Amino acid sequence: MINREQFENLAKLARIKFTEDEYKKFSSQIEGVLDYMNILNEVDTSVVLPTDQVNGLSNILDQDGFVQGQASGSDLLNCSTLPVDSNQIRVLKVIK
Amino acid sequence: MENLSKLSIRAVHEGLLKKDFTSSEVLESCLKEVKSQNKDLNAFVLIDEEGAKMAANSLDAKIMNNESSLSVLSGVPMSLKDIFCVKGMRTTCASKMLENFIPPYDATVVEKLRDNDSIIVGKTNMDEFACGASTEHSIFGPARNPYDTQRVAGGSSGGSAVSVASNMSFYSLGTDTGGSIRQPASLCGVYGLKPTYGRISRSGVVSMASSWDHVGAFARSAEDIGFVLSAIAGKDRRDSTTSDKDVPDYSKFLDDSVKGLKIGIPKEYFDEGVEEETRAVVMESAKKLEKQGAEIIDVSLPYTKYAIAVYYISMPAELSSNLERFDGIRYGIKPSEKAEDIVDYYYKARSEGFGSEIKRRILIGTYVLSSGYFDAYYKKAQKVRTLILEDFNNVFTKVDALLAPVSPFPAFKVGDLLDNPLAMYMADALTIPANAAGVPALSCPVGKSKTGLPIGAQIIAPQFGEGLCLTVANALSA
Repeated sequence: MINREQFENLAKLARIKFTEDEYKKFSSQIEGVLDYMNILNEVDTSVVLPTDQVNGLSNILDQDGFVQGQASGSDLLNCSTLPVDSNQIRVLKVIK
Repeated sequence: MENLSKLSIRAVHEGLLKKDFTSSEVLESCLKEVKSQNKDLNAFVLIDEEGAKMAANSLDAKIMNNESSLSVLSGVPMSLKDIFCVKGMRTTCASKMLENFIPPYDATVVEKLRDNDSIIVGKTNMDEFACGASTEHSIFGPARNPYDTQRVAGGSSGGSAVSVASNMSFYSLGTDTGGSIRQPASLCGVYGLKPTYGRISRSGVVSMASSWDHVGAFARSAEDIGFVLSAIAGKDRRDSTTSDKDVPDYSKFLDDSVKGLKIGIPKEYFDEGVEEETRAVVMESAKKLEKQGAEIIDVSLPYTKYAIAVYYISMPAELSSNLERFDGIRYGIKPSEKAEDIVDYYYKARSEGFGSEIKRRILIGTYVLSSGYFDAYYKKAQKVRTLILEDFNNVFTKVDALLAPVSPFPAFKVGDLLDNPLAMYMADALTIPANAAGVPALSCPVGKSKTGLPIGAQIIAPQFGEGLCLTVANALSA
């Protein structure tokens, strides 16, 4: 069900590299899990709406106004392991 | 002096009020348990002895000078699953990805605990990013079951369950996305509540699957659960999924009688996948309620058998989206190998930072969300979720609450299911439906297997029926 090309595409979308051993192990395990999911085809859902939210709340709005954040900008920058420069995180080149 | 770590929260509160003992002495008794047992049980992954002692000393000084009005949780040592952000306290989610993460702020529930002068002993072991049913997928190694250290504690909040079961803390906060509070509570013989979706704020709690994630509590009695729930529940403007419904004093529900209550026994929770011994112990509990005047009624929730498939589509989809933020830039590790460019950096950070179960689930989530498969998997699952929700709506027109097993089997051996993901996923079969519908469910210890392992039963109530769960749980403990 999951061939190598599909697996490699998933790995690319997920931005994760897999070794050959991992590929063999995960592709067969995932195939087993996805096979199991086919149990849902027993259920007729032609007139059923999907559920995204279970407690009925919708359109939660907050009052306008200034609210002090829980952490400062520099606190948040400090969460990164990368160097901070001019209040920004310095990363590797994005455009070659 | 008696071993204070075994007291109820009420007894600690009364003792502090009467100045029979101090908060520091209560803490000392818990730390003694931590020091003697944690090496074998691996419940705590971080012990903040110094911070806890300072908090207890400062409270004791206030009590001594009669400066403090004590809440029932004041001075009571507790623990937090290592998924809750505590300002300045390392929070790892048991992942290499966050091995050095120090949160810059407190989760809302942690703020509430501080308002109550709670004493935070430390952070507890868990499956990486809350993904697992055994607390084996942890960079700190597996947590062990206090009843048999060859067996798992359950998961993903296994360390929390163990810390409460072994008197290292009086209560613990965990998260339950598909059973991660109730299943370890059941396997370790303690109480574990997953409340209604939106009852407790999740702000400052690392997200796993947002439409399934719930914050809840472990404790050693229904009354203790009630005290904790009253302190941490309620609307939070930082979590827009929280409800503005009033938070009652949950301890008041304890003395209500079960007489006249209709308790449903859902047949799908007692099918052949559930061990005979577990079924028998839970049915004994039903008889106990019947003797106290409850009416026991056989009911059916026909879509229960589809819950695992719905969950293992919807949850990885949400998980893979939530974990996108761990790119090694804003959060996450700096890869050990030098990266060539930014994309290579993402690859290296994520490949090195995530463990195998997380990678497996990200792949599944990415697959079910990808073009061409979205309708067949994700949308289909969300539709069947509606049917599971309707099952609960229908059954609660006939009965007040449900009584069912929590886990199909007692604690299994460490390593037994580790490389068999589908078998491990089945451990959640009876807990997932309550997450799918957002209804509260409370796991209570009701018996033991012949080999001496705890067996739990869960009481499931309609949304915002936590009080009813506590009433029934208290009746079961009588």
